[in-house]
Amino acid sequence: MRKSLLSRIPTALLLLAVALLLSSCGWSMWDSPMTTVRPKSGFGRITHEIFMLMSWWTLGIGIAVEAGLLWVCFRYRERPGAPIPKQVHGHTLLEVSWTIVFALILLIFLIPTIPAIFKTQEAPAATALRVDVGGRQWWWEFKYPDLKVVTANELHLPAGQTVAFNLHAPDVIHSFWTPQLGGKRDVVPGRVNRITLAPDEPGEYPGQCAEYCGMSHANMRFRVIVHTKADFEQWVAAQQRPPVQPTDPLAQTGQDLFSRSACVGCHTIAGISGGVLGPNLTHFGSRKTLGANLMANTPENLAKWIENPGHMKPGVLMPDLGMRGEQPKALAAYLLSLK
Amino acid sequence: MVTHAAYMPGTKVSAGSVLWSWITTVDHKRIGQLYGVSAFFFFLVGGIEALIMRLQLAQPDGTLVGAQRFNELFTMHGTTMVFLAIMPMSAAFFNYMIPLLIGARDVAFPRLNALSYWVFFSGALLLHLSFLVGAVPDGGWFGYANLTSAQFSPTQSIDFWMLGLQVLGISSLMAGFNFIVTIINMRAPGMTLMRMPLFVWMSFVVQFLVVLAFPVITVALILLMFDRFFGTLFYAPAGGADPLLWQHLFWIFGHPEVYILILPAMGIVSEVLPTFSRKPLFGAPVVIYSGIMIGLLGFGVWSHHMFSVGMGPVADSAFSIATMLIAVPTGVKILNWIGTLWGGRIQFSSALYFSLGFIAMFTLGGLSGVMHASPPVDLQQTDSYFIVAHFHYVLFGGSIFGLFSGVYYWWPKMFGKLLDERQGKVHFWLMMIGFNVTFFPMHFLGLIGMPRRIYTYAPDLGWGFWNMVSTLGGFVIALSFLVFIWNVIATTRSGAPAPADPWDGRTLEWTIPSPPPVYNFATEPVVHARDDFWVEKHGDGHGTPPRKASPAAQVDTASIHMPPPSYWPILLAGALFVMFSGALVSIYQVVGGGLLTFYCMIRFMLEYHHGKDMGPDVGPAAGGHH
Amino acid sequence: MAAEHAAVAHDPNIGCTGLDHRKLGMWAFLGSECMFFGSLIGTYLAYKGKSINGPGPHEILNIPLTSLSAFVLLMSSLLMVLALAAVQRNDMKWGKIWLLMTALFGAGFVGFQIYEFTHFVHLGLTLRTNLFGSTFFVLTGFHGAHVTGGVIWLLSLWVLALRGRLGAQDSLKVEICGLYWHFVDIVWIAIFTLIYLIP
Repeated sequence: MRKSLLSRIPTALLLLAVALLLSSCGWSMWDSPMTTVRPKSGFGRITHEIFMLMSWWTLGIGIAVEAGLLWVCFRYRERPGAPIPKQVHGHTLLEVSWTIVFALILLIFLIPTIPAIFKTQEAPAATALRVDVGGRQWWWEFKYPDLKVVTANELHLPAGQTVAFNLHAPDVIHSFWTPQLGGKRDVVPGRVNRITLAPDEPGEYPGQCAEYCGMSHANMRFRVIVHTKADFEQWVAAQQRPPVQPTDPLAQTGQDLFSRSACVGCHTIAGISGGVLGPNLTHFGSRKTLGANLMANTPENLAKWIENPGHMKPGVLMPDLGMRGEQPKALAAYLLSLK
Repeated sequence: MVTHAAYMPGTKVSAGSVLWSWITTVDHKRIGQLYGVSAFFFFLVGGIEALIMRLQLAQPDGTLVGAQRFNELFTMHGTTMVFLAIMPMSAAFFNYMIPLLIGARDVAFPRLNALSYWVFFSGALLLHLSFLVGAVPDGGWFGYANLTSAQFSPTQSIDFWMLGLQVLGISSLMAGFNFIVTIINMRAPGMTLMRMPLFVWMSFVVQFLVVLAFPVITVALILLMFDRFFGTLFYAPAGGADPLLWQHLFWIFGHPEVYILILPAMGIVSEVLPTFSRKPLFGAPVVIYSGIMIGLLGFGVWSHHMFSVGMGPVADSAFSIATMLIAVPTGVKILNWIGTLWGGRIQFSSALYFSLGFIAMFTLGGLSGVMHASPPVDLQQTDSYFIVAHFHYVLFGGSIFGLFSGVYYWWPKMFGKLLDERQGKVHFWLMMIGFNVTFFPMHFLGLIGMPRRIYTYAPDLGWGFWNMVSTLGGFVIALSFLVFIWNVIATTRSGAPAPADPWDGRTLEWTIPSPPPVYNFATEPVVHARDDFWVEKHGDGHGTPPRKASPAAQVDTASIHMPPPSYWPILLAGALFVMFSGALVSIYQVVGGGLLTFYCMIRFMLEYHHGKDMGPDVGPAAGGHH
Repeated sequence: MAAEHAAVAHDPNIGCTGLDHRKLGMWAFLGSECMFFGSLIGTYLAYKGKSINGPGPHEILNIPLTSLSAFVLLMSSLLMVLALAAVQRNDMKWGKIWLLMTALFGAGFVGFQIYEFTHFVHLGLTLRTNLFGSTFFVLTGFHGAHVTGGVIWLLSLWVLALRGRLGAQDSLKVEICGLYWHFVDIVWIAIFTLIYLIP
């Protein structure tokens, strides 16, 4: 009985393990929007190379050790009547040898690692595009100081150009992470952290806060939209223009309501209000999502958000301002008109 | 000198005094059992917290629990598993087994030992009282500043966490002092340090780690307490402070802490493998020195938890090198364990299964750990589910499997009953399968960008499938526990009684009855070699023949004087509890509790101080009376 | 070997190294205290010079006065040595005197500290004023609390001696108190140097 139990289950497990491992190959899973293994920047590629090097070695070592363990168990399992085995205490040469082998393997990992650390933390060239990132509970502010553009939660970048990020945290520690573009860098109050990236090609890459920062940490997401150079310049030009004046009567009601309400205390719409506690809304209508990449920027979602932000995003610092009935719809129409 | 009737071997005890005897016990074996039962209970609590989280995460946009509740769950799950499950389970074995393994009758300070347990109990109670008042800790198990400041965590939830951990730290420190003295000073004649069993060695290293690392988190928590209660600026960026101070202090404690969590399990595996291979641990001195190296180096790698905070390339490189270095002694140990099995005559007991599982799973966790040692790679892995996978492989696949190996191995000695071997194997396979199904997919989830500590996630990221698989695995783990519980219940009721030496063991604990009498050894053993009992029975295979078993010594066991029970440990622990919990209530309670603590301390310390002109305390080799 | 076993059999507090458990235990405790004070001192050093506002060390520390109090604490260590020697030779008359004097000198040091703290508050430096205030008061405050604990310990031994319950057979208890007392003194030397003497 014990013999068959012993021989059947390990085999089944082995097959399961192999199945699991194989399942990780050739799946579209690796192409997920927030994948780390399809790098789209130089930073990402440097990282990925070292990761693949380490993955192959650790896979090999893992298989060797597990196979060795299994073999030893089968080969030396007790047979009835066998004598007490030889009481071997050790083997100095073997110990020295495998210690050296381990040290060498680790050296193989260290050799590309150390230069990569220095390369990825090099000071950016003076020609880099500068972006100041403000990580706050639970949204992201993006300022382009040289371009005089301020936006939130959607980061637009030109492909092929180095971007120098300066990370600021007015409240608690957050972490700025766009997996497809490279590793993360924490956003720490009291200091300015830097990370430098150059996205390869146009595309949309979701990002997320990666350091627990309170109630809605899970909802502190953002979206990176990489354009061709020409399209990026167009986007910048649109952002630099003053806000569009609404023509739709509902949107006009919304504008009127906005400028008379507490909204102005927290939000900036150029020419109308100067609040800095919440995201800049000057070109809010051009964004694809709201609530920090939480949901699509549609009239229905926006109206629901305005009516009861806390319901959509637990703990959000935007209060319920008592907007009811037609008011949220008017405000939504206005904000969405701000292309 | 009061010697309770309950403590005289052979005396019957009345049911009513049984509870009192547990409350006042200073017997290391009973204290070990108290720790063991508590640890298992909290392991189930932590497990339920995990299952709720897994149910919430099984699908995108889950609605089982909300953000606040989920944040509380992952905080309490981590805190509970680290401080209330793994550490006390290790403590259960330190307490029960170390004196037996070194041939002693108790630890150096039996009442301090009892005090450690009751203070642990107070700390666990304080942490869980937070549930009753609805202020459950929600800052994560490592509570990063400045999220934990009064400004960003205004409720008492962080206070409960902070104070609970302080109390638990006091318990661990006292136990650390106790075991360091016990191991140095109470070994049987002939037991040189290098002849000590491996479990004692690994535990010895652990006690030094405790004694040196816990004061650092004590300071970190004191600074947090002062910030929250008195408005100091230690972690306040507005005052010019650096929130990273918390991270440095925490991880200078935190990294040695993970070695505190794994080394006891490694020690257990180093006992179980030789016993069931029927040959000595391969390279025992090397395994010992590796354990010491891991302990020492463990103090030099802490900032590998901080590769993403922007310490600069030089610091990143230094800690990367140090972290890779520590992989060497760890890997060496794994090969030595396999070398122990090689050439052996392997008996596949449940205890051995769990040790084999340890080796298999810890190897995987160690390999993913080596990946994290490279900062560029780590910047993609840290704070994602990849690292959640890593630490569960080493803490569950490692520590928990190792601890269960110890449970199956030493159960007959502790309880005088054999656990059912077949059910043990069912437990093992279910746990093995469940564990891997739960945690292996988390490597994938991390690699496809899922951050940790999020209560929900969007449906368009491709994370749903593996999250569902992981959740199913969690329930298989739960099932495995039911099998274990059933095994315990059934064998306690009607299991076969265990002989003194069910496994043909190698070390001293197998020379005494199962369960041992209160005095452990009737006569003090004399040790001639490592694995002395094996050498006595079988010779050492290199020329030394087996020793003739000495005739049962005629010892009047009724005259062996053991340290009597005492109620000062529980009273002092209670006073400490009043004082610490007072910080949540009122200054009067703190002061009152402080005075009570002071009074109980004086009574505790003078309990065996002699009266006027009396001679010194006397008694045979029964350990100190303090 | 056999003779050692006989000795062990008679005193349950002496272990296989020949050392008393309690002395070893105190050394282990002092090891942890090194890490405790090391962390507090490290915090002080990390924040040295980083205060945004408020009085700084150069404006407010009274080096001559603190040197005097440091001397008092150092002398108390000498008195402690004398106390232990007296108890070891069972000269309880002098044992009581030296124990009391050690405690008084220790209390004197604490008195100096209390004066210093209240004076600083008067001058505008509190726990919350700036990083210097936070780190200074917490570091020196915890040291002072350790001294206070030691004073209470010494007074307890003194009271026991007064009641005839302390003699040469208890010299180990006095010795352990001495170890603790000397340690607290050494920590002060480190703190005094780093906070007061080094600019």
